[in-house]
Amino acid sequence: MPIQYYIYLCLTLFSIGIIGVLTRRNAIIVFMCIELMLNAVNLLLVAFSKMHLATALVADKATKVGTDGQLFVFFIMVVAAAEVSVGLAIIVMLYRNTHSVDINFLNRLKN
Amino acid sequence: MSITEILFFFLSALAIVSAIMVLVSKNPVYSVLWLVAVFFAISGHYILLNAQFLAIVNMIVYAGAIMVLFLFVIMLMNLNAQSEPQKNMWMKLAGVISGGCFLMVLVSLVRQANELTNKKALTVEGNIGLIKNLGKVLFSDYVVPFEITSVLFLSAMVGAIVIGKKD
Repeated sequence: MPIQYYIYLCLTLFSIGIIGVLTRRNAIIVFMCIELMLNAVNLLLVAFSKMHLATALVADKATKVGTDGQLFVFFIMVVAAAEVSVGLAIIVMLYRNTHSVDINFLNRLKN
Repeated sequence: MSITEILFFFLSALAIVSAIMVLVSKNPVYSVLWLVAVFFAISGHYILLNAQFLAIVNMIVYAGAIMVLFLFVIMLMNLNAQSEPQKNMWMKLAGVISGGCFLMVLVSLVRQANELTNKKALTVEGNIGLIKNLGKVLFSDYVVPFEITSVLFLSAMVGAIVIGKKD
């Protein structure tokens, strides 16, 4: 697969995530769009980890080039899981105080 | 057209259509279910790239644990399409236009990049995505970050409990 196809796919998914953050007001949907953007980046990292393998396989059959990229994806997933637990706790707290998940309520924080 | 290309385009179309449906759905429960479809499509892409460990982790952690947590919170709050807050039409249009501009700029950037021509992401060849190789590197070169993530999880757990409890 040409690497450009993966880049275009991931850019599209990332842009859909950005559009979701900009257009929706439900805090949970905004949060889900952030997860979508994280996953687009993960897919791009995995695609890039297999990009230089073709030249490396010619020199050495048992090459391990690209392993770091896949481990970064693993760590991104770990951080995302921690982020989700704290973020959902904040959203539950917001709902308990305002009885709504509208993110426009959060502009009261500025005073 | 080989079987790999057919699978690639099918999974890409599934991912993009499901991602758009996440935004379009009025009911948050449907948005979560469409997002699960996106994550399964991305897991399919990982399997296509022979990253089997990440495919399974993505399915278990994202589609399994995180999405169930989202669904649990949405059902706890009893959200539905009627209580959904809406932005006005112009704000939505401005968001779509700015996101589209972002996509356009980056796509034109990738089209001009000479470094990316004739580069291919190998799909079947290479066994770096297997759990044997990843586990060896994770527990030798990356053992310190791995231990730090346990501290991160502990602090996230304490933080979630402190934020979430009634004062």
